[in-house]
Order: sequence, then structure tokens, then C-alpha cells
Amino acid sequence: MPANNNFITFVVDGQLFGVPATEVMELTRFHELTRVPLAPPAVAGLINLRGQVVTAVDMRRRLELRPRPEGQQPMNVVLRREDVLVSLLVDQVGEVIALDDSTFEPVPDTLRGIARELVRGIHKLPCRLLLLLDPSKVIAGLAVGPRRQSLANPAV
Amino acid sequence: MEQMEEILVDFLVEAGENLDRLDQDLVRLEQSPDDKKIIGNVFRALHTIKGSSGFFAFKRLEKVAHAGESLLGKIRDGKLTLNADMVTTLLTTLDRLREIVRGVEGAKAEPGGDDAGLISALHALAEGKTVEVAKRGAPVAPPALTPPARVTAPAPASANLDSFLRDFLAESHENLDALDRAFVSLEQTPADRAQLSNVFRTLHTLKGSSGFFGFGRLEKVAHAAESLLGKLRTGELQLNGAMTTTLLETVDGIRETLKHIELTGQESAKDFSATIGVLNQLAEGKALTAPAVEKKVATVAPTPNPLTPALSPAGGEGEKAQAAPASQPSAAGSTVRVDVALLDKLMNLVGELVLARNRLLPFAVNHENAAFTSATQRLDGITTELQERVMKTRMQPINHVWSKFPRLVRDLSTQCGKQVNLVMEGTDTELDRTLLDAIKDPLTHLVRNCVDHGIESPDARVAAGKPAAGRLLLRAYHESGLVVIEISDDGAGINLTRVRQKAVEKGFLKSEDAARLTDRQATDLIFLPGFSTAESTTSVSGRGVGMDVVKTNVESSGGSIELSTVLGAGTTLRLKIPLTLAIVPALFVGCGGERFAIAQTSLLELVRLDPSQNESRIEDVSGAPVCRLRGKLLPLVFLKRELQLEPRAGDCQSPAPAQPVTIVVLQSEGHRFGLVVDEVHDTEEIVVKPVGALLKGIPAFAGATILGNGSVALILDIAGLAVMSGVAAKLRERQPVADAPAPLVANPDEKSLLLFHMGGVEHMAILLDLVTRLEKFPRTRIERSGGREVLQYDGGIMPLVRVADFVEGCRATVDSADTLDVVVHHAKQQAVGLVVGQIKDIVTATLRVTDAPRQRGLLGSTVVNDQITGVLDVPAILRAAHLEDATPKLMPIIAAKN
Repeated sequence: MPANNNFITFVVDGQLFGVPATEVMELTRFHELTRVPLAPPAVAGLINLRGQVVTAVDMRRRLELRPRPEGQQPMNVVLRREDVLVSLLVDQVGEVIALDDSTFEPVPDTLRGIARELVRGIHKLPCRLLLLLDPSKVIAGLAVGPRRQSLANPAV
Repeated sequence: MEQMEEILVDFLVEAGENLDRLDQDLVRLEQSPDDKKIIGNVFRALHTIKGSSGFFAFKRLEKVAHAGESLLGKIRDGKLTLNADMVTTLLTTLDRLREIVRGVEGAKAEPGGDDAGLISALHALAEGKTVEVAKRGAPVAPPALTPPARVTAPAPASANLDSFLRDFLAESHENLDALDRAFVSLEQTPADRAQLSNVFRTLHTLKGSSGFFGFGRLEKVAHAAESLLGKLRTGELQLNGAMTTTLLETVDGIRETLKHIELTGQESAKDFSATIGVLNQLAEGKALTAPAVEKKVATVAPTPNPLTPALSPAGGEGEKAQAAPASQPSAAGSTVRVDVALLDKLMNLVGELVLARNRLLPFAVNHENAAFTSATQRLDGITTELQERVMKTRMQPINHVWSKFPRLVRDLSTQCGKQVNLVMEGTDTELDRTLLDAIKDPLTHLVRNCVDHGIESPDARVAAGKPAAGRLLLRAYHESGLVVIEISDDGAGINLTRVRQKAVEKGFLKSEDAARLTDRQATDLIFLPGFSTAESTTSVSGRGVGMDVVKTNVESSGGSIELSTVLGAGTTLRLKIPLTLAIVPALFVGCGGERFAIAQTSLLELVRLDPSQNESRIEDVSGAPVCRLRGKLLPLVFLKRELQLEPRAGDCQSPAPAQPVTIVVLQSEGHRFGLVVDEVHDTEEIVVKPVGALLKGIPAFAGATILGNGSVALILDIAGLAVMSGVAAKLRERQPVADAPAPLVANPDEKSLLLFHMGGVEHMAILLDLVTRLEKFPRTRIERSGGREVLQYDGGIMPLVRVADFVEGCRATVDSADTLDVVVHHAKQQAVGLVVGQIKDIVTATLRVTDAPRQRGLLGSTVVNDQITGVLDVPAILRAAHLEDATPKLMPIIAAKN
């Protein structure tokens, strides 16, 4: 099986998701977060990953799911995209699995909401479904545009 | 193979450097055509290029360089005098060479092309003929300043031979070193046969290899030395001091020749005949006569490096190599070329080390173990020094950028038909190479601008009573942790009236607003996108980056740019650039439970306001919080409000009069304001890390850093905060007050003020000078005409202006009283009635322009009887009333800037 068909799986709010293993730099335990004021809600904050500052995205909030229960620490799935590091905060990291097209299906019409935008397709695993996330879309929607440049001049 | 690639890369780097140097030298030479030293430099640089090109079999390069060299040779020998045509042709030659070198860089082989025209022009000039020099019409684009690209070259045809040559050179150097040692030891034990045999063999090898490579002179001198050694080995002669000296000098001579071969692939013109003569004499057993030794000492000893004149500068080191005494070993011995990426990586690692050190230090303080504490202190010291040294490796003199300018200025001024003397001061001022890269383009643009727009044509200059040649001064110096770069010309200056007109034409602002702008503000217009006063775009300007981009580039490197201009006398641009971006001292503040870093460059002072003291409290100027700092008003920005941090009980979410507050007084890009925070922590050196693309759009943050405890803290962007909070915009609007043309505030002396109260704002004032009369009118006298309120007054019709409608923060008055207090003001011949709330008093007060944010309808505020009092801007109110358009003054500018 070629390596590029490997997927890192993780669980967010009971649902199994996967991202291509080639996009994942590493999986780490929880790091202390520094909150970023004015950032979009899905940006949980910044973490220190061995001296690099990494933006952490709370996947529960990104997928517009229920907030993580108090006291439950998320795990980091760190993605490297064109030298930019982004960490996805997930509930639990699963195994690395190899998949091929035989189990793949495009996004069903019944999938609603934000997930529909972020999910590339679905793999039918023997016992559960794996939603294949498009990392670029997960990240793209978050970039902060020029905003609120001047209070004195709100019309601009 | 790999060696070959390295040689080629070195050649390309060196050729590039030589060409850049030639540019400068030729331009300098034009100023002082008789400077033998420069002519020599130029000649040698061209010669080196020729030699190396020959070595690599780059025929085009070789031929062009050769033709240039011949011309220069004649100039050097005084057979020809350098003239402008020659300089132009030589510069064209350089461009051609550069083009070919770039071709080699890209394609790894010499690009095709015909140089016959150029070569024949060079030859014709060398023969003393005049040549029709084509005006250099197409301006030479500033060379794309690419760092020496790593080139992987296919082996030239001669690759095998070249690698032999390289082996030969390496081996010979080793042999020569061995010879040095052997001769010295032989002097102690002259009869050591084994040693003598070694030396003999070594020289013999050298002779043989030289013969193989066709280095005839080397071969001969080695042969002569070998003969002498042969006799010494057989015991026919006894080694003496004179022999040792001569042999050592022979070794030196051979070494120099080898270096020359290394650089150029050719044997130097060094003539060994004198040495050979001495060697032969010694071999024949003749004792050297004293004069001969004397003579030898005179000719050889003072210049242990007799080949220096024929050697090219070792490249790379520019000025330094030139300035280095000839007796020093070549620069290659003391410097190493390092990949910039490696330095960057090193810098990152040092940054990490600093952070790790910061984490460790607290442990040492709390630790009882003395050994641990002292080890930590040692680590601390070493880390600090390492950090400084590594920073130093990244520093480069600004000359790296400036060195292109003499050529640029010459080409541009020729093309524009102008005369410009470029003066550069502080060329060795150093700054971080990242920043150097960042300011390269802006600086180039500014220099272009100065030549194209700043300096007038010679005729115009003479007519204006100035010398025909303009002066362009580049100055760089260090000032309080910043590098200041000034670009000033003594040209026409910027016509600010024209700038104002242009701004109106382009729709940036209305004509009356434009007239109100201070000169300082008008100069700021130049930095707006799409703004140019040039009547027509020339081939020089009108392309590339505009001033707005210059400003953006400079500011994105943490720098700032200022422009001052005097019409008819010239323009000065001042760039302030931080020394380095990587590690900065910062102050940590706390707000809403978070820690934020503020770069100390923008920090002015820390102030704690205790409301229990009467004179220090937060006051409200129509919704804008301010405080008084030593009698001046300081606009306040609440960090918690700006960052939308949730309020906690007792926090200063809004100006709570009872709470003491901590204010960090900041200055950024000319905006001074107070940042209200919860608490102030310590200062620390921080390593700036990018916040990542995701968060770039938040203007409040300049980056992030990692604290001693390993957590991440955000670095506040002071300029961004100023813009976000509106302080910047308000200050911008305020500025006209500073030197408004109206008689109002032009004079900071004492003025009489009429005080009144008005809806919503308690303390208002109008300058008594503007008041003709004070009247009370019964409400019933108000009539309506042409859609506005009027009164019959003094035999005419007087329009009424309800001031409250035009002053920001005032509520429109509801006439409750039966009479209106009206201030009659004469605008030109027309009487106007200003309806004010309630007239209170007339006072004399020192009218000072304050730092309070400017509000619509107000000139500013002043302190009267310990009350902050807004002073009406009557002309603005009248304009607004007549136009029925109360758009804030510089709104379009702000829009455009954002």
C-alpha cells in the first residue's frame, strides 16, 4: 500500500475523522494554550511546539459541534502546510489506517452544515464511517481578513 | 566533479562582485580620471574576469573582458585619457559581462550572442578613435540582485584537466608548506641528508608537474632550486644562511604564482630570472657578494609578496580586501563563505537557546546547590555572548546596498540630462541582513526619485542660483538602537501647493480640506497609494513601486519613514530601521489575565493614575477618554476594550473614576497615546516569532514569543493598536490645529475666550476675536428662509447656525427658553449668528493645542479653570453649515490608507 493512502484518524465529539498522513507532521499531547483576542472563535490559541509558535484550531468549534466537556484535554494533530504549522485540537487520536478507493464515497447529500464544506468524502470502514477532512479548507476559512481598522471611521 | 561545481560557483560569485566593484570604480573614475589607483583596480578586476573566463573556456566573457582590458591598459599607461564615451562604453561592457555571467548562472553554459559591435567599439577607443556612443536609451534595470545561486554545472570540456590542475595546486601548497618547515629545520642541521633528499624530491615533483601544465616559469625556478639542492644533497655544497633565505624566498614566489593560477588559471607574469640567477650563482658555489644579498633584500624582502600588483583583489571582501595590507594572507584564508540559510538557522537555534536559558534561570535562583547555580550563571554568560556574536554574523554594512547606487545615479542622471554628485556617508553602518534585503528596493526607489524628480536640470539649477550639479547625499548612522538612513537632495523640493491640488484632483479630499492641511500633512499625502505629482511618467519613474509601497515596505520591517521638504531647497527622506528584528527587549503587561509584550522601542514611560489626587484622573472629552500628563492631554486606549477581553470585577473596562489605573505611554509613528492595562510586569529580551498566516489579519499583534515558562505570549503591535482604537485617525485629524492658517491658534499666547455651555458638553469656548457682538433674541424673531433659520438683524438678514448641530458630541438643542443666546460673528462681510447654549463668562487663558483627539467642529481643547474646554472651530462649522455637509475632514485619506 503506498504511503500516500495512509490516513491519521481522530475523534471529535464521537465522530471519526481522517486526514492524509502526508499532511500531518506529528501528534502530541495537550499543550498549554495562549488565547488570541480578536481571533475567530475556532482559533483556540497558540501553542509552543518546541520553540515554534503554532496556531491551534479547536475542531469542535470549527465543526460547530458541542463544546468539549470541562476537564477533557484535547490532543494536537499538527499539520504542516507550506511551512505554516497548524494544530487541530481533537478529542482523541486514533490509529493510522491505510485506505483505498474501494471504500470511498463522495459526501452524501444528507451531510449538513459546516461539515459539508470541510469534508472531502467518506470512507466506509467495517464498523463505522470515517469522514475525510480537507485540511486546506479547515484552515482556509479561518484566516482573519482585514477587520475593524478604525473605530473612528466605522464606515470604512 | 563536485570540486568543479564549487570552483564555478566561486567564479560566478566573484565575477558578480568584481562587476559590481567595477561599476563603482568606473563611476568614481569619471570624477577623477587620473586616479591611477582606481584605474589599476579596474584593470585588475577585468583582468581577473578575463583570466577566470579563459580557465572555464567562456569565450565570450574572455573576449569582451579582454577588449575592455586593452582599453584600460592604455588608459593605465597614460596613452589615453578617460572620457565620458569611454566610461559609457565600459559600463556597457560591464552590463554585457553581467548579462553573460547571469546566463552562465542560469543555463550553466555561456549564452550565445554577438559581441562584435561592442568589442570593435572598445578597440576603436583603445586606438584613440572617437566612437559614436549610442545614448544609453533603454535604462539599465537595476540588476536583479540575486544572491549567488547554487549552480550545478555540467562539466566543461576541460573538466578532467581542471580537476588535475586542482589536485596539482592542492598538492603543491602542501609541498610548499613542507618545504618551509624543511628549510628552517635544515638551517639547524645543515647536514641532514634525509631532509635534503626530501626537499630535493619535493622540488623535483613540483618541477615536473609545472612542466606538465605548461607553467614554464614555475618549472624553471623549481629547476634552479632543484639544482642547488642536488649539490647540497651530494655534499658538494654546504647549506648556509644565504642559501636558506634564497630558497625560502623561492618557495614564497612559487606559492604566489600558485595562488595566481588558482584565481585565474594562468601563470602570472612574475619573472623569476633574478631568483634563478641567484640560485644558479649559489649552485655554482660562488659566495654571494654582499651587494647581491643587499640587493636581494631590497627587492624581495620589503615585499614578501612580490606578485601582489598582478594579483586581483581576492574578491568577495570588497573594500576590506582592497584595504588589507598586501602582506596579509589572502582573504580566503581568514574568511569563510557561509550559506545565509545556515546563518538563519543558527540564529533560530540561538533564539531557542536564549529561551531555554530563560527557563533555566528561575530554577537556579531558587536552587540551593551552589555548583548548579554557578553552572547556570556560566551558561547564562555564554548564551548572551553567543547571541551577540551570532547577531554580529548577520550584520552587514549598508554599503552592500549602496554600492549599486553610484552606477545607478550615473546612468539615471545621464539619461535625464542632469548632473548629480552622489555623496555617501556612513557606508560601514551595519544592520541585519534581513533588514538590509527589506530596504534594498525602497532605497533604490527613493534614490531614483531623487534623481528623476528631486534634482533639476542644470539650466534650471543655474537659473535658481545653484551649482549646475545637484548633490544627492546618502547618510547612515546609528541612533538609539536604530539605524537612520537619510536621503537628501538639494533639488527643487516638493511643491506642496501642487500636492494639495493633486490630492483634490484625484479625489482624495475636498479643496477646502486640502487648504487646511498643514505642510506636514500635505507631505504625508505623497505616501498615499496612486499619488504622484509627476506631470508625466518618465521611463525612470512611473514604474515599479510607488511611495506608498516604499512606506509599506519600510514599516513592515519595523521601520518608519519621514519626509521633509523645502520648496526650492531640496527634500530629505529619513528612514529609521531597527538594527535587528530577531531579538528585542520588551515590557510585559497584564490585561484580562493575559500577558502581552510591548517592544521597548515604542515605550515612553509608565504612569499610574491615582484618582484620589485631583489633578490626575481620566477625563472625558465627548466620549474620548484622556488624561493629563504634565499639563498635556494624553489620549487613552483601553487595552481590554480593544482586545475585547471580558471584563472582570474591578477592571478598568471603562474610565471608572474611583479606580487607580496603570498607563503605558507609547509612541508609534508619531502617535503618542496611553495604553491602559491592568498591571505591568517585568522586561525581558524576547525572540520574535511569526504569529502565523492565520492570524496575520489581526492588526493588534506584531507577533508572538515564548516565555521563560514555555508558554506563548503575544506581542502588541503599537501602530496597529493606534489605528484600531482610532487614536491614529483622530491624531491625524487633529494635526491641522497645530499650525492652522486661521489666526485662531497660530499664536500660543494668551487669548480671550468666551465660555458657554451647550447641550451635552459642559465647557465650550470660542475665541473672543471672532465675536462681533453678543445678543439675546426672543425665539419669536426667528424666521425661515431658503431652508434655514434667519433673523433680521442690523438692517439685513442674518443666518443662524445652531452650533450644537455641528459639534461632535453635542445634543441638538431644544429651545426651552424664550430667548436665544447668539454670538454674532462676521464671516467676511456677512454677519452670522451662532446659536450657543448659554453664555457663561469671558476669560483670558493660554490657549494651548492639546493632544486630545480632535472632534468634529472643535479646534481642540484647552484647560480653563481646571476644566477641559473644547474650542469651537468656527470656520469649519460655517463651511459645514453652508455646505450642509459635515463630513469629517480627512475621511477619504483614512479610507485610502486603510
